[in-house]
Formats: sequence, structure tokens, C-alpha cells
Amino acid sequence: MTSLPPFVLFFIGAIAVGFTKGLPRKVLVLAIPLLGGLNLWFNVDPGVHMQFQFLGEYRLTPFRADKLSLLFGYLFHLAAFLGFLYALHLGDGDVDGSVAEDDPSGGDKAGLQHVSAMLYAGSALGAVFAGDFITLFVFWELLAVTSVFLIWARGSERSYATGFRYLIIHVVSGVLLLSGALMIAHRTGSIEFGHVGLEGSGLAGWILLIAFGIKAGFPLAHNWITDAYPESTPTGTVFLSAFTTKVAVYALARSYVGEDVLIYIGTAMTFFPIFYAVLENDLRRVLGYSMINQIGFMVAGIGIGTALAVNGAVAHAFADVIFKGLLFMSMGAVLTMTGRTKGTDLGGLYKTMPFTATLCVVGAMAISAFPLFSAFVTKSMIMVAAIEEHHYIVWLFMLFASAGVLEHAGIKIPFFSFFAHDSGIRAKEPPKNMLLAMSIGAVLCVLIGTFPSQFYTLLPMEMDYRPYDTTHVLVQLQLLCFGALGFIALMKTGVYPDEKRAVHIDAEVLYRKVGPWLVRSVGGTVARIDTYVRASVLEFVASVLHVTSKAHGPIGPLARSWPTGSMVLWVAILLVGYLLFYL
Amino acid sequence: MRHEPKQPIGWMDKPKFVKRLFQVFYVLAGLLVLAEIVLGRTTEHPHPYEGPFGFYAVYGFASFWFLVLLAKPMRKLLIRSEDYYEGGQDDD
Repeated sequence: MTSLPPFVLFFIGAIAVGFTKGLPRKVLVLAIPLLGGLNLWFNVDPGVHMQFQFLGEYRLTPFRADKLSLLFGYLFHLAAFLGFLYALHLGDGDVDGSVAEDDPSGGDKAGLQHVSAMLYAGSALGAVFAGDFITLFVFWELLAVTSVFLIWARGSERSYATGFRYLIIHVVSGVLLLSGALMIAHRTGSIEFGHVGLEGSGLAGWILLIAFGIKAGFPLAHNWITDAYPESTPTGTVFLSAFTTKVAVYALARSYVGEDVLIYIGTAMTFFPIFYAVLENDLRRVLGYSMINQIGFMVAGIGIGTALAVNGAVAHAFADVIFKGLLFMSMGAVLTMTGRTKGTDLGGLYKTMPFTATLCVVGAMAISAFPLFSAFVTKSMIMVAAIEEHHYIVWLFMLFASAGVLEHAGIKIPFFSFFAHDSGIRAKEPPKNMLLAMSIGAVLCVLIGTFPSQFYTLLPMEMDYRPYDTTHVLVQLQLLCFGALGFIALMKTGVYPDEKRAVHIDAEVLYRKVGPWLVRSVGGTVARIDTYVRASVLEFVASVLHVTSKAHGPIGPLARSWPTGSMVLWVAILLVGYLLFYL
Repeated sequence: MRHEPKQPIGWMDKPKFVKRLFQVFYVLAGLLVLAEIVLGRTTEHPHPYEGPFGFYAVYGFASFWFLVLLAKPMRKLLIRSEDYYEGGQDDD
């Protein structure tokens, strides 16, 4: 089993899942990530485990493992296991205690969702263990094609449109990846998926960076995240949040370590989404913006490029899958049980969903980087690396963004859904499998934060870093505590903006509104000119026909048939004329 | 079982509890400032701008206000109706 790439088990498993129902299917979806994960942990060592000759001079490498890919491999198995555990109730019929008016879970498409998620997880594993760009491209596209069904499974008109936008954006990213890879292969003669960088790689390096950047949610290309995540099913979003963006972070860590431009792109990503997150009403969209913010820290870490920074980036990716997954799970539980995820509709749910509320608070504390929680030991590596490399302004932005994380994910998400004003909704706790998945996620958030040294041994680079010292704990608690005091002051003074039933336009307006408007208005003008030119030409042709028909038509003088008598008369006249002339 | 007529009273519904919660918070904030006076800051990686006493406390508090005070005018500029992308409020 060790020589087989990890995706194979998931792809074969997906076929088996497609043909089973009930208990056998439940066992399968849990057993596949569990067995695959154990195999990876115990049996797979770093090295190239599978390679073929391809088109003569190139080598395809579907299975290459090193510490970086293994870390993401463990993570994706874990994420798949938690995701399937969370989605285990799908297909069991109505959820007990739900007050949702229509089923947001896509429960009637449980088989489709499970197969799609299994293929999606397999594609993510295929991508991180790919040793060449062609294999990476195949899985890059498969990530999009397999996961779009998790959005469509929601079954709403809006989710269909979102799914198509999602698919188009990711296919464009794949095409760019292939273009960049082919250019690199042409120049270097190798398709190996390794360091590319921007220096010396010319246009190919930039094209590849944009391809990775689209999937990572770089500014202006970030809206697929905030578009797709809120429109997917409650369980589908948990899978979506785990794989695609993290594959992109992995690809950046593989090919663009130490590129300065990433520091600034990453910092921008930590900064701008937090303003949208303050304003946004849909709490799963808030988490979408939060996702971009967190990826910003990772991208900046990769850009800083030191061992500590890169370790920080990948460690934070690992922690993010778990705490963001936990937050998406808690909001998914709210959506499943109430049919709502908007701040304006929710509030007071702690009275009937105390366990979900508690687990959500754990996720909120983890993402906010409270001491003893995961982000405290992961994000701080990136922040310290920024100081070590003298990126002082970048550090100030990141510190501001850290306070922003506390605002939107640490306080807003749990506060507006479970506390705040009582909405009167009396939904029960979600199914036990959902609670169990959330509980495991919560325990992992605490374990990583409490025992970081064990976790650090999995990281790809050698480093010497101790997250727990008195000053770090003290200043972090000060930042968080006084940030929260700022929130209390904002609420008490009425300055904090109310949640509003509205959307706030973002870069997506370019392709969702301006683009169609341009097509309509330019197209309309072209159509009007076309109509005018056609009409003018037709009018001209008609007038020519009219004149010709007047002269040559049935009654036209040039087409009239003359009587024989007049012909004889004219011949006689000509002859007389001729005679007179002759005489 | 939607919107049961009898509403349970939660601990957040009791103003006294909320007031006490805030008080605990204020005390905690005070203790954290006190801790900085007593323990000082001795970090392996000092930042040149973090020098002044209470920097992190002020930065945390100010960040929240800056965030919200900038987000509010942003909202005025960016807000649209919920169905904006489905054809509503086309002219905005």
C-alpha cells in the first residue's frame, strides 16, 4: 500500500461509496481517511515512491513525499475524517429538532455529496504528493470539478450560479498553471514541481504565481471564497474550507519561498477582509473573509522565507484547517438546525444549543490566538519572523489584523449567533455525529496550543522556537483583552454598526455586475449600429431594385414588347430615309 | 415546535449577570496592566515600535475603534440591497 499514491484509496473508495447506502456507506466514509491516514503515518517515508517516463524526456511523479507534503497529507486525512464524521447523518432523513423551513443540508443528495467529497479529498492528496507540474495540473483541475457538486447539492438557484462561477474561476487557474508549467518545461527541460521563484523564471514564474494565487484567494481573486462557502451545504462548506486554499498555500510554499512580493500580498490579505467581516451579515461569509485573512498570514510567512516563517506558515495552515473547520461546523450546525446563518436572524441560541455554543467559543478562542490555543503557537512564528527580518511595518499591520480576527471571528461569530439579542428561535442541538466532529476539532485546537513542541516536530524546517514565555503570553492577553474592551465600549456607545440585510460590493462586482453591464451596453450599441447599417443597405438595394424594375419591369419602357405593325412602319421609314439619302 | 410560547430565561437575559461579567473583565484588564508593571517585558525578539509601556493594550483597544470607524464610512459607499447581484438596485 505504501507505493500507491494516497489519492488512489480515496478514488477507489469514492466508487464504493457511490454504490452503497446506510451503515456500509457510513463505515466506508470513515474508514477510508482513517486507514489512509494510518498508512501515511506509519508506512510512508520521505522519498520518490512512484515515477514514470513521459513523452520521452520528461518524468511524471505521482507520488513524492517529503516533510512538507507529508504534513499536508496528515492534515488532509484528518480533515477528511472530521468532515465525513460531521456529514455522517446525511441521508438519514429529517434532522430531529430542526426548525429550518426547508432542508439546507442537501440530504436528498447525500450519496452525491459523499462521493464528491471523497474525490475532492483524494484530489487534494494527489496535488500535495505530486512531484511534477503535469500531475499537479490534473489534480488542480480535479479539485474544482469534484468540489463544485458540494455547492450545487444545496439545490438553490443561487447555488447553481455560484457553482458555475466557482468552476470557471478554478478552471482559469488550472489553465494558467498548465501554461506556466509548459513554459518552464520549454525553458528548463524539466516538469519537476519544485522551487520556481520570480527571478530568472520570466513570465512563466508570474503566470504560475497567479495560478496559485487565484486558488489561494489573492486580492481581487478572493471573492470565489466568499461567494462559494456561504452557498454550499452546511457539510459541504466544511470540506471546501479544508482543501483548495491549503493546496494553494502548499504550492506557494513549494515554489515561491522567500519572494518579497508575497509578504506584501499576504499583508494586504490579512488587512482588507477584516473591514468586510465587520460589515457582513451572513456569518458563513464572515468566515470566508476570515479565511482570506488567515491565508494572508501564511502567504506573508512564505514570502518572508526563513525557516521559522515557513514553518509558521504551514503550521498555521494546519491549525487553520482545524479551527476554521470547527467554526464552519458550528455555523453549519446553526444552519442545519435553524435554516439561517445571518446575524440579523440569529441570537440567543445558547439557551437551546449550549454544546454547539461552547465548541464555537473554543474555535473562536483558537483563531484569536489565546494562549493554550492553536493559533497562539502557529501565527506567532510568522510574527516573530517578520520582526527578525526587520519587516516592522508589516508586523504592525499583522498585529492590527490579529485584533481584527478577534473582532470578527473571536467575538462577532459566537456573539451574534449564540448570544446578543434573543431571536426567539428554539432549535435543538445538532445530531451527535456533528457534535462529536466539533468536539474532536476543539480538543485538537487545545492540544496543539498546549503541547506545541510535539506538533513542531512535524514541521518541514529545523528551527529553535519557544512560543511560551511570560512576555508573549502577557502581551497577547493584553492585546486580546483590551481589544475586547474596545468592543464593549463600541457596543455601549452604540458606535458598533448594526447587522443589516444587505450585501457590500467587493471585487466580484467586476465580473458579476460591471462585466455583464459592459457586455449588455457594448453589445446593445453594436446591435443598434448593426440594425441601422443593415436597414440602410437594404433600403439602398430596395431603391436600386425599384429604379431597375421601373425601367426593366413588365411595364417598364425598356421591357415593353412592340407590335409587328410598328416594326414594319419603322423599317419602311428607314428604307425611305435610306432611299432619300441615296438619291 | 417553532417559537414556543414560553421563553426560557438565560443567564445573558439577566442584566445583573452581564454587569458582573463586565466587571470581571475590567478587573482582568487592570491585572494585565499591573502584570506588565511588575514583570516588565523581556522578549527575545523585541520590536522597535513596541517600546512604550502598555503598547499592546492601547494597540488592541485602538485597533477595534479604528476598524469600526473606518468600516462605517466603507459601508455607506459599498452597501447594496440583498438582491443586488440578482438584478436589484441596478443603478447604484
